[in-house]
Amino acid sequence: MLSRKLFKKPKNRLEGEADSTVMQAEERRVACPECKALVPHATLQAQAYVCPRCGALHAMSARERILWLVDEGSFHELDSNLTPIDRLGFPSYAGKLSKAQEESGEQEGVLTGTATIQGHPFALFSMNPAFIMGSMGAIVGEKITRLFEYAAENRLPVVGYAVSGGARIQEGIFSLMQMAKTSGAVLRHSEAGLLYVVVLTHPTTGGVVASFAMEADVILAEPKALIGFAGPRVIEQTMRQKLPQGFQRAEFLMAKGFVDRIVPRNAQKHELAQLLALHQRGAMA
Amino acid sequence: MTEAYQRVQAARQKGRPTAMYYLTQIFTDFLEMHGDRRFADDPAIVGGIARLAGKPVTVIGIEKGVDTQEKIARNFGSAHPEGYRKALRLMKQAEKFGRPVVCLIDTSGAYCGIGAEERGQGLAIAENLMAMMGLRVPVISLVIGEGGSGGALALGVADRVWMLENAVYSVISPEGAASIVWKDAAKAAEASEALKLTASDLYGFGVVERVFSEEDGDFAALCEKLREALTTEFTMLSALPTEELVQLRYDKFRRIGGDER
Repeated sequence: MLSRKLFKKPKNRLEGEADSTVMQAEERRVACPECKALVPHATLQAQAYVCPRCGALHAMSARERILWLVDEGSFHELDSNLTPIDRLGFPSYAGKLSKAQEESGEQEGVLTGTATIQGHPFALFSMNPAFIMGSMGAIVGEKITRLFEYAAENRLPVVGYAVSGGARIQEGIFSLMQMAKTSGAVLRHSEAGLLYVVVLTHPTTGGVVASFAMEADVILAEPKALIGFAGPRVIEQTMRQKLPQGFQRAEFLMAKGFVDRIVPRNAQKHELAQLLALHQRGAMA
Repeated sequence: MTEAYQRVQAARQKGRPTAMYYLTQIFTDFLEMHGDRRFADDPAIVGGIARLAGKPVTVIGIEKGVDTQEKIARNFGSAHPEGYRKALRLMKQAEKFGRPVVCLIDTSGAYCGIGAEERGQGLAIAENLMAMMGLRVPVISLVIGEGGSGGALALGVADRVWMLENAVYSVISPEGAASIVWKDAAKAAEASEALKLTASDLYGFGVVERVFSEEDGDFAALCEKLREALTTEFTMLSALPTEELVQLRYDKFRRIGGDER
């Protein structure tokens, strides 16, 4: 599990700041986590949440990510009616869930559906960094599993945006078992000869890295994204030593051979369209 | 002290039998196979070929070690990616030769360290999950002590998952959960209760199919029972057409944590 600091709440309209400031959304300014510059929210939103001053990538909510990525009006959400279940009756989880739902305006930590990029159809999932640290509750696993099953049945490639602190502690063993369940669904989609591309974004860790996030045919990553099985704090505690500069960042993973390409945000639409085109049925004919 | 936390402590108890004990008690003619043929041999995971009531099986176990020296050598049963890759290699070998696989699970978790990350701990676990989902021979996993998170599940995608009475199986250690949820690792007892990690909890959830009594500490008697149970179950599973076996395994995990409202 990761330090909460890694999951800065995106300060944007869709994520809906719960505070009651009178400031209008278009006037709101957001401090860049890297260069500390105060950037108007509207400017950030117009530039895919890339800091205009230093180029740092700000977090994007699951829905904003999709609306930014896909052809206008092409997103059709699946399983939007599925909501998390407090199966263990875990202390204070119910309250935590309703707070996450209220703040995000979403039912769970992942959105799934179908869409097109430059006319290429695909199935997609997009995880929400702010929803209990992007953790994998059972319904997150269920939605992802259903998406891969839907894609296999309808012969669609899958593009997924991963961001997660890992398993969701409050759902205990039900959360852990989603790693097996989603892996099974990815395997079946893969055995049907279909493409799966994942984009690892900051941060992707824990049980998500140890399951569907690393099982793609093509693994892309956003620059500087933290990607790892164990969080850096846990490793520092285990090893009792400081971690080297850049450890577990996207660039480090690519150097170690675990990531195919690092793709800046403004190049992602184009690269994904290219990958979808290269794997279209009949592309080899 | 909660009942759940007593189980956690029993599962970690010094002197509790570890994987090698079950391996030698239940099976005969064990031939250990070393290494992942990629990087190294991870002593935290032992594996090889043995006989179960005369028939060849592949056995893989996470071994914590018995005395201090062995515990250190085996990294206290916390495997590196090489361990999981060795396990996968042996499972693929079992598939090739059509022998069933037994996995013995006893780990506080996969190792969290620099080398483990550099060599793809997450990927190693992910690959095992995917491969075990599609493995074309019967697999039975038995949690004998601690079932610690992804590092345990990496040997736990099986047709049958069984647990011993005092074994526990959890998404995170009680101490880890307590320090994240309550910012206080000392609340491990409460966390144990909240996580619902005991064998009987998991049996109730349908995550495990069978719980074995520890026969009041007579582990030799327990091993007799386990040998019998494994033999019977493999006879049944081996009779299933392969496609059906794989489909039933998928369905079993597919049901867990669905939307049953």
